[in-house]
Amino acid sequence: MAGRDDVAGFPLIREPLLKDVGAPGRNRRVLPAPFDVPQAVDLPGIAVLPDIPDVSEVETVRHFTRLSDLNYGVDNGMYPLGSCTMKYNPKMAEAMAEALKPVHPGDEAAMGSVLGLLFLLQQHLGEICGMDACSLWPAAGAHGELTGMMVIRRAVDAGGSGRRKVLIPDTAHGTNPASCAVAGFVTENIPSGSSGFLTAQTVEEHLDGDVAALMITNPNTLGIFEEEISEIARLLHENGSYLYMDGANLNAILGVARPGDMGVDCMHVNLHKTFATPHGGGGPGGGPVLVKEGLAPYLPLPRIVNDGHGGFALDREGPESIGMVHSCLGNVAISIRALAYILSIGPSGLRETAKAACLNANYLRSRLAGLYDLPYPTPTLHEFVLSDRAFKGTGVSTMDVAKALMDFSFHPPTVYFPLVVGGALMIEPTETEPIEELDRFALAMEDIARRARENPEELHGAPVTTPVGRVDEVLAARSLILTWP
Amino acid sequence: MSYVPHSEDDLRRMASAAGLTDPEDVFSPIPRAVRHRGPLSVGGPLDEETLRRLFRVSPSRAVFAGGGVYRHHIPALVDALSSRQEFSTAYTPYQPEISQGTLQALFEYQSMMAALTGMEVSNASLYDGATALAEGALMALRGKGIERVLVTRATHPAYRKVLETYLSRAGDAVVEEVPFCRDTGRVDLGALASAVGSDAAFFIQNPNYFGVLEPMEEVAAAVSGTAGFWGIVVAEALSLGLFRPPGSFGPDVVVGEAQSFGNHANAGGPLLGFFCTRREHARRMPGRLVGLTKDSSGRTAFCLTLSTREQHIRREKATSNICSNEGLCTLRAALYLSALGPKGLRSAALQCAAGAGELTSLLRDRGIFPLFSGPCFHEIALPLKEGKRQALLAEGIVPGIPLVRDYPELGEAVVTAVTEMNTKEECRWLAGMM
Repeated sequence: MAGRDDVAGFPLIREPLLKDVGAPGRNRRVLPAPFDVPQAVDLPGIAVLPDIPDVSEVETVRHFTRLSDLNYGVDNGMYPLGSCTMKYNPKMAEAMAEALKPVHPGDEAAMGSVLGLLFLLQQHLGEICGMDACSLWPAAGAHGELTGMMVIRRAVDAGGSGRRKVLIPDTAHGTNPASCAVAGFVTENIPSGSSGFLTAQTVEEHLDGDVAALMITNPNTLGIFEEEISEIARLLHENGSYLYMDGANLNAILGVARPGDMGVDCMHVNLHKTFATPHGGGGPGGGPVLVKEGLAPYLPLPRIVNDGHGGFALDREGPESIGMVHSCLGNVAISIRALAYILSIGPSGLRETAKAACLNANYLRSRLAGLYDLPYPTPTLHEFVLSDRAFKGTGVSTMDVAKALMDFSFHPPTVYFPLVVGGALMIEPTETEPIEELDRFALAMEDIARRARENPEELHGAPVTTPVGRVDEVLAARSLILTWP
Repeated sequence: MSYVPHSEDDLRRMASAAGLTDPEDVFSPIPRAVRHRGPLSVGGPLDEETLRRLFRVSPSRAVFAGGGVYRHHIPALVDALSSRQEFSTAYTPYQPEISQGTLQALFEYQSMMAALTGMEVSNASLYDGATALAEGALMALRGKGIERVLVTRATHPAYRKVLETYLSRAGDAVVEEVPFCRDTGRVDLGALASAVGSDAAFFIQNPNYFGVLEPMEEVAAAVSGTAGFWGIVVAEALSLGLFRPPGSFGPDVVVGEAQSFGNHANAGGPLLGFFCTRREHARRMPGRLVGLTKDSSGRTAFCLTLSTREQHIRREKATSNICSNEGLCTLRAALYLSALGPKGLRSAALQCAAGAGELTSLLRDRGIFPLFSGPCFHEIALPLKEGKRQALLAEGIVPGIPLVRDYPELGEAVVTAVTEMNTKEECRWLAGMM
């Protein structure tokens, strides 16, 4: 029963923990019971009832509905997280994935159709990226990186060179060095130039007989196209090294330029970025790996092959392969959504996507460049990076700007990344933001910049309109409460 | 179709505001030499109805396949709530002030997984059971003196293959198999005792790939204090609703697959890898963790924590490279567990066990006996000639997952799963045709 204090705090009530909802005997669900359960089950190690909450259906529904109200989704408004490509996720794709729900991967007849669709996605990704072969099994971008670097590791080992070094520019995402480490490589950071892109000269200076690969993101995390990429690829190839491309920012160049044509040997794409599948609050995503022909034998198992009767089957043999990276076929329902997205917009839609993504970013950049420090004036494509340097002396930081944006009902940009820019604000509006939303965002940023100069204290208190105020992350790490107290 | 919300006029206005004479000029930073000429050779654009026809898939009429992916009843509320865009389209909750929904749901998931496995800590998911096992082995190998990884041969073959892939890149650790007894289908305790040692990390799947329940008390006695590290792999999370929590046997980790908790079979993915461990290992574990804390005015709040283990902070020194995981699948698991409750979870598990018992007795009446005498949960290894299997498939009955590729020593056989999604009638069809 609610006490007096609870009622007094009524409008501010936060959702209690599920364990504090319900009571023994509340759950009255009728479940399927096709079989007769014997009185005494003759199995070893039967336990007492599991220790999870006992709640009614309506309590479950209200609990999770109220939790959803504490979130912010792409349908709520602009989500300009740089290099995360938080674009609109078409409802159509959700509908297409419905058909897969009841299909068991062991149902060979049904899987014939599914494999046909997956094969089509492989072909389409190959065409979009200008690559020769594809594996859809990695379940996320970092999983794709790991798989790709394992492929390269296998190739250098097969070639007998035993190379162990991977060069990574200082603008790289943290997963790049982490994936290299899991794949058994040693990483070496190399600096990008003062214009924000990697120069062929820098790469040349770092090349030696131990360099297995260079890992690059193009366009990079500053939104700048790596204009010397073809020359860099040539130098790497001459040195017997591979060029790996992190496809996080592929959205900017869809239909305009293809990594394979730039000399990329191996890459991954993020289905949950470029191909509009929902991010899910942290997955499931999809991280297909694509390679040039020479690396194809090392791709993970199984492979989708024509079964010789017009259908498709899985080939589980491949002595040169790195082996399996997932117990099944990766995030199939995500792959299917990505295929539906590609087919729904077609070749013209893909190119239109890149154009609008870059135009949106350039429009916003032109509106904000005078108000915020723009550390790299180099032209950018789908995203750009600002810094908090203009607020030096006011005490206002990038964190304050990010939190203040929430009070305007925006998700903040990516902050404090890339690491080459102190106090970075990395803004990627994506192609699915209407002009009015971009204008509203620009107005919010203008207002925040003005207050940073006139009333900085106020910004330290932001956000004030969100379900909770600034969250104490230090306390969380210190007290380390990871389950219901 | 395009999801770009601009008219041609909008595009020109924006280009002009950005100082470009033509919208196409936005691509000028891309050197001409690497530009793609002409349209991409991809399909579309296609309308929604055409797409629906293309994406049609028809499942077989009676499916007895399991092997790490299970068809269980999922209350309608799970689809309804998990498809709310506030959950499904949100990003990883790095900005806790507007992500409390995702964060609290993950916290509830962690709490229930810890309770069900009998461990102190659960992470916020890994890709699948196989990568959870691989990450468990990598965590073990980061410990002092661990050089070998032992895994039972009755552990899911795909899990062992993924483990091999991960470990072959991570240094010199070798994977060794611990055999099973040919009569019971359970781990060979003698072989285990002679293989285990302080330099070894040991992993055992229970119930194992053949559906057989391992003698966990004897296993625990054989490895506690002897193995340098040990873990229990659970490929069928629903078993946690019926049997003693694996954590009660004292392992360092309990890892596996929780797809059964509210996630559809989905042609094999997404799956839901879980990773549970003891509190003392929390700082060494892979993946995201949600912690309880307070906000600036002292209200209860949640946020991601111990991120100093993770790749975005630690880069090459991170405990794992994982970033995006299976967030929405954990939400579905939390919804499912909340919808079923303790009695529902128990009853679903009992139905599965009863179904497998029913099928076994139907088959026994026809003179067909399981390959193993060990007690089973809801999967049974059965002899089945390939010709017969093909005949069953042609009738729309999927009798199980073939074993011959992974276990040639067992001959032509399948592992058959019965769940509460099957019926007595389906069991009679299957038994009648086997």
